[in-house]
Amino acid sequence: MKNNNIRFIQGNEACVEGAIYAGIDFFAGYPITPSTEILEHLAARLPQKGGKFIQMEDEIASMGAIIGASLTGKKVMTATSGPGFSLKQEALGYACMAEIPCVIANVQRGGPSTGNPTHVSQGDVNQARWGTHGDHSIIALTASNHQDVFKITVDAFNMAETYRTPVVLLLDETIGHMREKLVIPEPGELPVVERLRTSVKGGVDYHPYLPRDDGRLPMSDFGGEHRYNVTGLFHDMWGFPNNNPNVVGGLLRHLVDKIENNVNDICMYKEYWLDDAEYILISYGSSARSAIHLAKNRRARGIKIGVLELQTLWPFPTEMIREKCAGAKAVIVVEMNMGQVVTQVKNAVDNPNSVFLANKISGELISPEDIKSLLRMIQGKGV
Amino acid sequence: MKNKKFDFKDYIRQRFFPHIWCPGCGHGIVLSSLLRAVHELGLNKNEIVITSGIGCSSRISGYVDFHSLHTIHGRALSFATGVKLSKPDLKAIVPMGDGDALAIGGNHFIHAARRNIDITAIVMNNRIYGMTGGQFSPLSGCGKQATTAPYSTIDREFDVVDLAKSAGATFVARSTVFHANECKDIIKKGINHKGFSVVEILTQCPTYYGRKNKEGDAVQMMENYKTNTVKIGSKKLEKNPGLIQRGIFVEKNDVPEYCEAYDRIIETAMKGQA
Repeated sequence: MKNNNIRFIQGNEACVEGAIYAGIDFFAGYPITPSTEILEHLAARLPQKGGKFIQMEDEIASMGAIIGASLTGKKVMTATSGPGFSLKQEALGYACMAEIPCVIANVQRGGPSTGNPTHVSQGDVNQARWGTHGDHSIIALTASNHQDVFKITVDAFNMAETYRTPVVLLLDETIGHMREKLVIPEPGELPVVERLRTSVKGGVDYHPYLPRDDGRLPMSDFGGEHRYNVTGLFHDMWGFPNNNPNVVGGLLRHLVDKIENNVNDICMYKEYWLDDAEYILISYGSSARSAIHLAKNRRARGIKIGVLELQTLWPFPTEMIREKCAGAKAVIVVEMNMGQVVTQVKNAVDNPNSVFLANKISGELISPEDIKSLLRMIQGKGV
Repeated sequence: MKNKKFDFKDYIRQRFFPHIWCPGCGHGIVLSSLLRAVHELGLNKNEIVITSGIGCSSRISGYVDFHSLHTIHGRALSFATGVKLSKPDLKAIVPMGDGDALAIGGNHFIHAARRNIDITAIVMNNRIYGMTGGQFSPLSGCGKQATTAPYSTIDREFDVVDLAKSAGATFVARSTVFHANECKDIIKKGINHKGFSVVEILTQCPTYYGRKNKEGDAVQMMENYKTNTVKIGSKKLEKNPGLIQRGIFVEKNDVPEYCEAYDRIIETAMKGQA
């Protein structure tokens, strides 16, 4: 019997399948390489299940549209790449401030500017964290294979709803365009989180921005019984603009704490052969594939090497990394940028001098050989 | 509420007052016209979403007791598009300033018009950036004084009506805050119109535009709206073609509304699945 749940597809399609599984209702986007397939596939898939798709006039409008749709109670997403991600930043900050659940996929290409549109890069790690202005916190997830792209897309929707925050999916061109197998999980196999809605009845005061003890804010859909104000200004529990120092300080602290205090729940990673590892490769996204390949190969030659593959990049899993790397002789961060995660790793570990960067910034995928030459130098074996 | 006598207190959030507008500002008349329009239409407050951007005019969204979304500068129409398309039963109203609507938000303005999505855009045109202290806007026109045009403006202005028409808006009208009843009637028609409606309302900013351009105080500026404007096609235009026309310029009911068109896409897509 034919199994329709097994596919041979691109990573961008795996992301679409994950979004459908998570219950996406609304997508707004604008064409941009290398993320366009997400837009194209959702244009076909969403109306089949009664959802809504709209191709907006630009990247900013796409971000605005998903925020508007989220407020009517819908699960929403947009997708883009570098230049588009830059354009979305102001509205992304709005979603942080107004606490609007939404998912933004950024299939990374080379930058800055128009850069290297059809080639891979991981240069937007820091932009995902600090791209919008002002202090805030953010969740950013990534994956190195299609099964995991599917899963973290579901996780992204779940976390967006749980923490009422934008969640960035940091994919990359290699993952987005590469084809490999995906087995779509059965319904119920992965948890799907629904929005927490207020139980306050109509006619009773509802405080849209008064967090519960656990920091969560039950929502009320636009069009429902509770009429309230949503603004990007600092606001009080009613959602009204307020610049009282206590209100401003309290809200900013809440926006950061609701994410940073839950770093352990948000933190996802995979580990390979770490138990006795003297050398640890830390990587994520498509570059983790080369790291895993090399580690497997070196293990076969008796070298005690392991891989820590990060799936949550923000909030950065500082504690977890410190613990995992405590016994290592050397840590090599494998990434395709000038060293965005390596800086965080140096901050995390007890001995920053033992942390090295194996990177590639040419638009080509970093190879096991690229990592191997650095490893040999560290081992004192020459290149 | 239709049968009840209009009381603005039924429609505002008193907690949010006093408002931020200067004495003599025309925006309060727009607010009042909007509330009267909503009252006369007998709309349920729960079915209205008011979405605005940034600027003096955009503060309207907070003052009214509807679902209200105060967004970022220039982008209100894109947020409203998301609200409307995701829940087409809602009435979407977007009050905007001239800079908000047609400088930073110009792209969203023309595309919302092109799509003919059922949103009522109220462009409150005071020909100046008031909130930031009196910089010229794309509606100021040439030869005006502004803090960013100390030697007078050389930027030509848009005609909101012509722009909206060309971009495909299916309801286009203009009024002024002097003509408060006309204003209310036009807003009513705009809200009732199934499609993208643009209502331009000329409203005075005595603080920054009037003072700098020696147009007098608020009363004088309102007086000017009386003398400088005429109904569409008025005979006075023959003698004085420079007069600004008021009224409904476009009212087309034969263009598909975007959300309804999308519903047919859903039908087609679902058939393909069956």
